[in-house]
Formats: sequence, C-alpha cells, structure tokens
Amino acid sequence: MTEIKMRESKSLQILKNLKKDWQIYVLLAPLVIWLCIWMYKPMSGLLIAFKRFEPADGIFGSEFKGFDNFINLMNGVTKKEFWQAFRNTFIISSYSLVFGFPVPIILALLFSEIGNETTRKITQTITYLPHFLSEVTITGIALMLVYNGVSSTGVIAQLFIKLGLIEPSASIIQQSQYFRPLYVIVGIWKESGYSSIVYFAAIMSVSPTLYEALRVDGGNKLQEIRYVTIPGMAPTLIIMIIMRIGRMLSIGYERVLLLYNANIYITADVLSTFEQRIGILSGNYGVGAASSLFNSLIAFALVLGANTISRNISKTSLW
Amino acid sequence: MERMTKGELIFKIFAYTLVIIFSMMAIYPILYAFSVSISGKLAYESGAIILLPKDITFEAYRMVLYDKGFWIAYTNTLFYTIIGTAWSMAISMTGAYALQSRKLMFSRQWNFFLVLTMWFTAGMIPQFLNYKEMGINGRWGIIVAFGVQAYNIILLRNAFSGIPREYEEAAIVDGASEFQLFAKIYIPMSKASIATVTLFYAISRWNGYYWTRILLADSFQQPLQVYLRQLIENYQKLYDESAVVLNYSADSLAYAIIICSIVPILVIYPYIQKYFARGVNLGGVKG
Repeated sequence: MTEIKMRESKSLQILKNLKKDWQIYVLLAPLVIWLCIWMYKPMSGLLIAFKRFEPADGIFGSEFKGFDNFINLMNGVTKKEFWQAFRNTFIISSYSLVFGFPVPIILALLFSEIGNETTRKITQTITYLPHFLSEVTITGIALMLVYNGVSSTGVIAQLFIKLGLIEPSASIIQQSQYFRPLYVIVGIWKESGYSSIVYFAAIMSVSPTLYEALRVDGGNKLQEIRYVTIPGMAPTLIIMIIMRIGRMLSIGYERVLLLYNANIYITADVLSTFEQRIGILSGNYGVGAASSLFNSLIAFALVLGANTISRNISKTSLW
Repeated sequence: MERMTKGELIFKIFAYTLVIIFSMMAIYPILYAFSVSISGKLAYESGAIILLPKDITFEAYRMVLYDKGFWIAYTNTLFYTIIGTAWSMAISMTGAYALQSRKLMFSRQWNFFLVLTMWFTAGMIPQFLNYKEMGINGRWGIIVAFGVQAYNIILLRNAFSGIPREYEEAAIVDGASEFQLFAKIYIPMSKASIATVTLFYAISRWNGYYWTRILLADSFQQPLQVYLRQLIENYQKLYDESAVVLNYSADSLAYAIIICSIVPILVIYPYIQKYFARGVNLGGVKG
C-alpha cells in the first residue's frame, strides 16, 4: 500500500519536475533526436547481417537467414579476402601502436625541455599543423613524394633510391611491402604533433616540488623522467592507451582508401575498406553488415577489456 | 640562475635539436609542395628541386584559378563549412548545456546515451543504408545528417559545468529562465571553449571527404576534397590532354591545387591555434 503510494508520488514528482524544468528538455531534444536518427537507428540495420536483404522489402521485411551471411563471409567466396583484411587490420594497428604511440610522448617530453618560450611555441605550432589538413591533402602529398615514375620522381623516392633503401625501379605505391610503413609514417606525420598536446599538459601539471626533491637527492635528468615525469603522466598515458586499443579495429578507413590500390590489397586491405567494397560498391549488404557487426562487437569488447584491466591495475578508467 | 650540470646541458641541446628536426620534417612536405607548384617543368623533372623553387612560374595557379570546377567545389565547401558548423554548434551547445544541468532527471543515463556513440557505432554498411533510406543525397542532407560529435559535446559540457554556480543562482533570483541562463550566462562565459569546438567542427566540415563522395548524387554539389581527390587521381591525364606545350609539370599542377585547398586553413591557423590547445586541456578526455 505505502509502496504504491510512494511509486505514485515518484512519478508525480517526475511530472512535476518536467513541468517546472521543461526548458531543459527542449534544449536536450535536438541532440537526442539527432542521435536517435543518425547513430541509434542504423543499429537496427545490423539486423540485415542475419537476413537476405532486399532493399525493396526493407530491413524488417527481408527474409531471415540466421548466420548464413557470417558463414558466407568467413567461409565462403569472400573467405580469403575477409581473413586477409582481418589480419591486416591487426597488423597495421599493431604497427601504429608500437611505432606511432610513443612518438607524441617523446615529443611532449622534448617540448617540456625547451626553455625558450618562442622556440617552443613555434615548433609546437608547426608540428600541430598537419592534423588540420585533410586526409585527401596529406595522402595526396605523400603519394606524390614517394611516386617513382618515368617523367618525374618524388623527392622522397629520390632520396630512398640514393640511400639504397629501395631499388631504382621500385614503386612504393604499387608494391605491397611498402604499404604498412607508408601508412604508419603518414599517420605519425599527421597526428603525432597534435597528440603531444595532451601529454604536454600532463607533464606541465606535475608538481615542481617533486623535481626539486629528486634534485636534492642528486638525481640526474633521465632519473627525473623515469621517476617523476612518467609516473606523473601515467593516468593520461593509460587513458590514451585504452582509447587506442578500443580503436584498434576501426583504423581510419579514409586514409587506407586514399593510399591503397587494387595491386596491394594483400597487405593494405583492412576490414573497413573490405566492408565498403563488398557492401557499398558491390551491393552485397548482408555480408557487409555481418562484417560491420563483427567489427563493432570486437571493437567494443576491446574497449571494455582494456578499461577493466586498467581499472583493476591502476584505478584509472574511462567510466 | 642555477648552473646546469654537463649532463643537463647535453640533454638540453639534444632536446632542441630533435624538436627542430621534427618540426622541419613536419613542415617540409608542405613547403616542398609549394616550391614545386611554382617551379618550371625542366627544373622539376631533372630532380633539381629539393626545397627552393627554380624557374619560377605561376602558370599552374592560373590554370587552377581559371578552372570552373574548382570554384564550384570551393563555393560548395564554403557552404558546407559555414552552414554545417552552425548546425553542429546549435545541436551541440544546447545538448551540452542540458547534459550538465543539475535539474536534468536521469542525467547519468542521458550522458551515457551520448558517450556510448563514441564506442559503439552501427558500422559503415548500416549507416550507409540509413542515409539512403533517409534520402541523403544532396546539400541539405549532408548538413543535417553529419557533424555532431560526442567528443566535442563533452568538451562543451565540461566547460559549461566549470562555470561557478553563483552566477546561475544570482540570475535565478532575478527570475531568469533556463533559456536565458543558457544564452546570457553560459554562452558568454565559455567563449574560448565554444571557439575551440566551432573550429573543430569547421575543420572537419572543410576536410570532409568520404561520405560526400559516396552520397552526393549531383557532381555540381561536390565539395573541394572530392574534387581535389578526383584531380589527384587524374591529373596526369588532364595534363597530357592540354593542347599547348606547358612550361610547368603535371605535378606542379597537382601541388598548386593542393596548396589552393589549404590556404584558408593556413591563413587562420596561427590565430586560432592558441584556442585549441586550451580547449583540449579544458575538456579532458574523461566521459
């Protein structure tokens, strides 16, 4: 009896609040509606991973086919291509993690050593710049710099040939062994300066008294970095690693699409580019959506996993 | 001043050297692109251009600036950037304000509703089918269906919630409504963060490529990035088809287009860069 009354009064309270603060909900509404239409509604489209999708019948009207699309994807005609893309995705993101992740951290450490404010500001400003240029611009310039053709040879290709790093007849764009280094280096060029901002801020927030204490104890510069700076920026480092791992499977398809070509799928094709070829370009939506779902689920599991591990080890987590 | 030990001095020199080398490497491709774009054909093709231009000519730029397609694409991009950013900001600011309000019921749930989209998305194919189903194939579709990013809203939300309560309380005593609080207190007091997020949105609109290329039905509506990419894919052919003998190389033409497309960013960049470093640090990364 009292419980019913309490529940009643609770929903009454909600109505009261709604009436009083309706303006808040009016302000919230556009965002919620936008998210529903453009982020959450497409999630129902994942259903077509289990269907034989006919655009005319719509998502809900199409015939239910169970796991057929997944079987086709992983064990059918696209078997080779799918697993190749799956492998490439992991390899390319591991490379980016191993080679790309430390660069902005090192850069931030170096920036923090630059006592001359003007020098620091200028070098920082310059290194952030590529982040703001489009993928089309960055990849366009990169492709031309490494192009090795009859009438012209890009300046980087010239340099590599002179240094003996590549054969004079080699093509960095058309030969599969060059794709991954190219992708990783373009990524470092574009993002490492800008990514250093967050680490730089973390370094700056380390209390100066800690450095002084170490200095009194006779610590040198490297010990300073090892025992004061790195522990001081640990929470930031951990958060950034979690985000990075969470995004392992969703590496920027735009950059891959703009850098690769049909001759080098063997090393360059990743899940998202495979997906857009099979789904959007060939119209095989069911199989494409199966790949999408697989991709999204693993990505989400990776974030959850990384977050749980970091919460247990270091009490730092995303949520 | 404290005297540096020898080790510290070496470390300093090392840091300066590396930072300078790194920033040179970051800017070099852009400087080089500019140099080639104004250099003569022979100098470029003989591999003589390393950093500075040779046999300076602006013919490649003339060709770009006389190209009608270029101007159409440029105008389109201006449209997508200006209107699109306004749209994104309107939704993001109102949403961010509501999400941090103490009066919002189920505030945790609403925030989760937003943050989840950073970590779980439907994926490319379902999104594509949704755009098709909703009839996104023209200018206004591109404006409406894109450009709301959870990360940017979190930045704004954190900036709003950092405003001291006293201002709000004083205004409420004076009888201010939520709309007035939002417009007269929260927006004016978060100018730096609003500028930062506006900038983020504007740049992502300016740089947008993939979906516009896939979705736009009419090539007269395509933005600069799509136009630029198509030229990068075809410039050699375009150049070879030219009837007259040209005194600049095909690469000069491609670089000239690239430079033209980044000029607006280069021009505003020095003025705005102080905002984004501040804005990013303000927001933090925590959802």
